[in-house]
Amino acid sequence: MDRLYPRRTRLLAPQAKLARMQERGIAQLRARIARIEHRGRSRHRVLPFGVPALDERLPQGGLACGALHEIGGNGFGAVHGAAAALFTAGMLARLSGPIFWCLSRRDLFAPALAGVGLHPDRVVYAEAKDDAAVLLCMEEALRHAGLAAVVGEVSRLSMTASRRLQLAAEASGVTAFVLRRWRSVAAAEEFARTTAATTRWRIAAAPSSPLPVPGIGRPRWIVELIRSRAGECGIWEMEACDAQGCLALPGELADRSAAAADGRYAVTA
Amino acid sequence: MGDTPSPPEAPLVTAAREGQRRIIAAADHAARALGIEPGLDLAQAQARVPGLHIVPADPAADAAALERLALWALRRYSPLVALDSPDGLLLDMTGAAHLFGGEPALLKGMIARLKKTRIAARAGLADTVGAAHALARFAARPVAIALPRQTSEAVASLPLAALRLDPLLIDSLRRLGFESIAELAATPRAPLALRFGAEPGRRLDQIFGRLAEPIAPIQPRALIQLRRGFAEPIAAPETLARYTSKLSEALCVKLEQQGLGIRRADLLFQRVDNQIQSIRIGTARPVRDAARLARLFIDRLESIDPGLGVEAMSLRATLTEPLALRQRNALEDETGSDIAALIDTLANRIGAEKLYRAAPIESDLPERTVTRVAPLAPPGVAAWPAPWPRPLRLLTPPEPVETMALLPDHPPVHFIWRGTRRRVARADGPERIFGEWWRRAAEEAATRDYFMVEDEAGERFWLFRSGDGADPASGDLRWYIHGIFA
Repeated sequence: MDRLYPRRTRLLAPQAKLARMQERGIAQLRARIARIEHRGRSRHRVLPFGVPALDERLPQGGLACGALHEIGGNGFGAVHGAAAALFTAGMLARLSGPIFWCLSRRDLFAPALAGVGLHPDRVVYAEAKDDAAVLLCMEEALRHAGLAAVVGEVSRLSMTASRRLQLAAEASGVTAFVLRRWRSVAAAEEFARTTAATTRWRIAAAPSSPLPVPGIGRPRWIVELIRSRAGECGIWEMEACDAQGCLALPGELADRSAAAADGRYAVTA
Repeated sequence: MGDTPSPPEAPLVTAAREGQRRIIAAADHAARALGIEPGLDLAQAQARVPGLHIVPADPAADAAALERLALWALRRYSPLVALDSPDGLLLDMTGAAHLFGGEPALLKGMIARLKKTRIAARAGLADTVGAAHALARFAARPVAIALPRQTSEAVASLPLAALRLDPLLIDSLRRLGFESIAELAATPRAPLALRFGAEPGRRLDQIFGRLAEPIAPIQPRALIQLRRGFAEPIAAPETLARYTSKLSEALCVKLEQQGLGIRRADLLFQRVDNQIQSIRIGTARPVRDAARLARLFIDRLESIDPGLGVEAMSLRATLTEPLALRQRNALEDETGSDIAALIDTLANRIGAEKLYRAAPIESDLPERTVTRVAPLAPPGVAAWPAPWPRPLRLLTPPEPVETMALLPDHPPVHFIWRGTRRRVARADGPERIFGEWWRRAAEEAATRDYFMVEDEAGERFWLFRSGDGADPASGDLRWYIHGIFA
């Protein structure tokens, strides 16, 4: 027994050292990967949602600026994309600077954007004839660092097209949002195909907050983060953007832990 | 083109001297309506129409006026404008009509603009110069368009006079019984050439596009223009791009001397086969930055077909505006100018009217509260007043829905839209909106009651009932969907 003890310490010491070396090695590798990923690019700002439950899921504590984000709707919402568009407008309202909004259909109603705090003077619309033209306009606009963000409404987004947008956004620091809008609910199945977007969201309308009197309370959405590069996914029921473009957790859920809320809505959604 | 402004009351003609006779050189619409045609003896015309207003013809002034008009057309419509003397202009609109909202809109707009300056004009558009010339002068309607590749059908029934032949030649052809272009085209060519020479055949070939007809575009002295000829024709895109940059630099030097900036510029490529191809760019603000100018052109170089080679390139400052020398301040915010460059690039690609900002205008009807303003227009003051939420998607026009409404002042219990039946779980409203009686008489009593409704799944819609529920004059009491909320 007497001899075993020092032998065990001898045995342990190299192991601990090995673990430390491994840790250092991994840290070095991570740093190298980060350097490769951001070679020649400055790290961009982050736009927090101001809702801790959401922000702590995202790798940098908020939505990365200078990246491509993809937002779609659910069910009938995949066709009109109203919730997805207003979710985006809420984020844009909290950025500062001019915005390019490229579209091919003419049904966007600007007063609704003003209703979430996005002033009409900040938005320049570019009406292109089809998806391909929208993507070209987006890419061109993304090269101009003076913009805050570029939004495009398209139905198809190929891996190549999304990668081009992502690279253009990384290079200039302008944030890109692609709103997916399909011609029919069936066509929206395409959303399952992955793209190069940094985050992918699905926003669905949900019954509004209950009021003590008959009427419609503050609208709610089921906000689903279905892909997040180097981050976790999640699903939340949230109150829609207010006049400043801020989301909020519903009152009766705000004091519960995020995990509890997740558990509940992962089942019901 | 009837080209002289007239006092509105009296029929107006211009008189010219031909040998010993004085004849009518041109007649306005009122005079033509009274049967007075150019070529008629003046004395005869005066006998027919007592109060005829006669102005001596002044061909030199007419030609000068036509040239001024050509310059206007050059600035506004097309980089390639030629004179079709004595009374016409020829515009090469290849690939440019979409910038003006399509071909019919382009021609109608052009005629309306000319009418505002009291010039009565007719317009024709076709694949060939000859056909456009014929349609503008002899088609039944003032705006005649031959669809692409249907030129021969469009001009077939036009009279021989549309062929740009000598009047004496036309007379002898008509004596032989030829009336329309189609009849002449169906005749064997050899006997025709034997008797009348090559001219009728050549004009027929030109009108049907079998014979190329290069146009001689005007080169106004008043515009700054730089030309560069090449000893060897060039065709490679890189080479074209390089010379585009060189010409842009040279042009900007000239502009700087005169304190001007570009609003519109044309780059013309003269090919070895005598065809001219062109690129036109426009900018939202005056520009004198050679790199930016060159980029706008190079962006569109792919639309140029150099054919067997380009032997000369010209760069022309078609429309300029004063641009003062500005000292650049390193601390100045550069974002504003940055956007102007982007807007120019996109405007040259998708059309300037496709880029806009939404601005509020005062109106009670929701669909009229938004107007489009230029992207670089000065910022507006107010946004929309927001007493009630507005939908993110607005359907234009509102779509009728089938509903089941139990009580007149309540929202429907359910509605069917595009084949889907939705039960209304919650609703807000009504918000009553009255028609704008000062715009149209039909809106005097019109009323809409808007409801925001939410179905069981949480989708929110904007429905309205046309009419106030009591007075049939206020609307047909039908339900419509006007928008979708987020």
